[in-house]
Amino acid sequence: MPMVQPRSIRLRKFGAHLALLGFVSLVVFPLLLVISISFREGNFASGSLIPERFSLEHWALAFGIPWERADGTVVQPPFPVLLWLWNSVKVATVSSLMILALSTTSAYAFARMRFKGKAPILNGMLIFQMFPAVLSLVALYALFDRLGELVPWLGINTHGALVLASLGAVALHIWTIKGYFESIDGSLEEAAMVDGASTWQAFWHILLPLSVPILVVVFILAFIMSIMEYPMASVLLLDEDKLTLAVGAQQYLADHNQRWGDFAAAAVLSGLPITLVFLLCQRWIVGGLTSGGVKG
Amino acid sequence: MYTPNASRGLPRHRSRYLAERYTRWIMRTLVALMVLAILWLVLAFHLRGQWMFALLFLVLGASMAVVFSKRHLMSHRYIFPALAGMGVFLIFPLLYTVGISFTNYSSSNLLSEERVREQLLDQTYRAEGQGFRFTLYAEGEKARLYLESETAEGDSATGALLSEPFALSAESVPRQLSVKQVADAPATRALPMREVIAHRELLQTLSLQTASGTQLSMVGLRQFAPILPRYEQNADGSLTDLRDGGRLTPDQDTGFFRNAEGEKLTPGWPVPVGMENYTRIFADPDIRGPFLQIFVWTFVFAGLTVVFTLAVGFVLATLLQWEQLRGKAVYRTLLILPYAVPAFISILIFKGMFNQHYGEINLILESLFGISPDWFTDPALARAMLLIVNTWLGYPYMLLLCMGLIQSIPQDLYEASAIDGGGAITNMMKITLPLIIKPLTPLLIAAFAFNFNNFVLIALLTGGAPDILGASTPAGTTDLLVSYTYRIAFQDSGQQFGLAAAIATLIFVLVAALSWLNLRLTRVKV
Repeated sequence: MPMVQPRSIRLRKFGAHLALLGFVSLVVFPLLLVISISFREGNFASGSLIPERFSLEHWALAFGIPWERADGTVVQPPFPVLLWLWNSVKVATVSSLMILALSTTSAYAFARMRFKGKAPILNGMLIFQMFPAVLSLVALYALFDRLGELVPWLGINTHGALVLASLGAVALHIWTIKGYFESIDGSLEEAAMVDGASTWQAFWHILLPLSVPILVVVFILAFIMSIMEYPMASVLLLDEDKLTLAVGAQQYLADHNQRWGDFAAAAVLSGLPITLVFLLCQRWIVGGLTSGGVKG
Repeated sequence: MYTPNASRGLPRHRSRYLAERYTRWIMRTLVALMVLAILWLVLAFHLRGQWMFALLFLVLGASMAVVFSKRHLMSHRYIFPALAGMGVFLIFPLLYTVGISFTNYSSSNLLSEERVREQLLDQTYRAEGQGFRFTLYAEGEKARLYLESETAEGDSATGALLSEPFALSAESVPRQLSVKQVADAPATRALPMREVIAHRELLQTLSLQTASGTQLSMVGLRQFAPILPRYEQNADGSLTDLRDGGRLTPDQDTGFFRNAEGEKLTPGWPVPVGMENYTRIFADPDIRGPFLQIFVWTFVFAGLTVVFTLAVGFVLATLLQWEQLRGKAVYRTLLILPYAVPAFISILIFKGMFNQHYGEINLILESLFGISPDWFTDPALARAMLLIVNTWLGYPYMLLLCMGLIQSIPQDLYEASAIDGGGAITNMMKITLPLIIKPLTPLLIAAFAFNFNNFVLIALLTGGAPDILGASTPAGTTDLLVSYTYRIAFQDSGQQFGLAAAIATLIFVLVAALSWLNLRLTRVKV
């Protein structure tokens, strides 16, 4: 802390708080608004943040329960939100587990072993990761289209295809885990191997138990990325009951039929868990994201 | 670093432990099964004439077999799965996209040549003037079809046919029935028209086979007619149209069968067209105009996004770094909220809020200033909206980066500045910014590359709208190059995959240049 301080410190502190509060309210306004709209009757904006006419209609519909209005008309849920959420969670869980398996094993080799072509492979992976998958969607579509003719559960409109397609994006995770492995002293594994353990046993019984924190972080990171994945899912999935949340949610706000209130409830329902997980793990996630870039 | 695989090269001992031996054998069997499955894929793709995919899986299977059978490639076994994943689902699609950009792959040239041929050979036509009037006759529980030729009136002896009896219940009916020539109609009862109508769907599935091998099918409520294959394959690969005797030759330059007059016959198959897609981008004015406009906007969008998010994030970071400020943890959590909410939800929230007719933003603007901007139909306003939303979405990342970097600045620099009478603004511009901008540059380039390809924002917020007038491909004033590519490939009825792949290839080159720049700046060491 600087020892010499200007005089008008209290005024400046007040100004800083004012500026921060103003900015924070701008940032949080849309989020509060959506929560408010989800409890409000109808699908239109009313202009006030606190709902004037409280209603649980949108929430009931989001949970898939038909809602009977005061005038006796029964409203059916417009979209299977819970099914979409389940699809998203299913795809994300399987693909993050596979990503975790792939990146942990190769991070081990990159951190602990010497072999031919190590540096070029590592750098090459980073470079290729810069190319967004959106651009090769045509090729991915063709690949899964043809693959589906031979193996039906890997074709277009299957979750298997979506899971496999996510396996291309492992480079970032490999770098993150590799960095963590390198921070663990290798002497424990060395001792185990002197006692006759194989490479795999040293990895499985010694290194992995020591690395649980980073494995959890990478899993959560891959999980969140998979839940938020939009381009590939929008091309590979076609039927309404196959969609993931990221693709399905936009149907609420189609150009001619905007269901603002129904969307709000569905958005809060599905967005809140992800947001909370992110905030709880932000320290590690942010560390992984930023250090991956800085350390290169 | 140590080398754990010091035993490489020594003969592998037979493990003393039974469980370990079993595990080894299970692993070997699994690998062998996977290699076999991949080889089956290779064979199947090869038989279908899709040599690109056959080659991909051949390389995959072969490298898997080599890596898992050679003892000295122990280390490579650990990296093989990840490399295979990247190879098949990232690098192969990249290369394949470049390959597609030199073909006319599109919805009109979609199937392989073999499949097109099969489809054409499956086509049938109804021979003119050779129809039969039919009557349905009951025969106990079953029924027979009695057919009279329409052309050979009066000479019923040669023109009449009678089918073998068949059940009128749907399940037990053979779809192929043979018919033979008879002189007279059966003596049993003829069923009325309503019976025919009642069993219409069943009758339509019947295929009658005459003694000479002609197939007859139901073509109307009173009529059966011969159905003949329309095309016949010739030895030189051309097809003969059996209807008029015309010849169809496969044209490998355009990927269509052509008749003598040069007319194309759909469907076609993809063929290499050289640089045609690229010349179209730069020579066809209906594509070049929108392409250049989108190209410029993509750079402007990515550049401005980086500038805005950095400005907001940097200012907030310096504020939050101020030690005498209380409640920093709360501010920090609230400020990174936009980063924590899934993007596909927050973008849609903004889409609803910016709605011109019943969105909250226009409601507020209307009541305060009496204006109601057309966010989605005016190009300039739509672009402004995109930048506002993207700044909201992107500043927390910059905030986190700046906060991390500011912590590494030695405090005595600020103290020296305070002694010399430097204020907060001077500190920020003369000390903090110059010190963090260098480590920040590679990350800014990465952020630029990310926003250059920020497909999700465009797809969910504007979808590219409002459209550019006079464009022959779907193109919008807010489209980025990626969303433009996506729309050409998947949204239009034309599905011009080849053209989309050509634009994607151009973006690859740009991204490659950016990542090269990035590597130069970071000097990655392994």
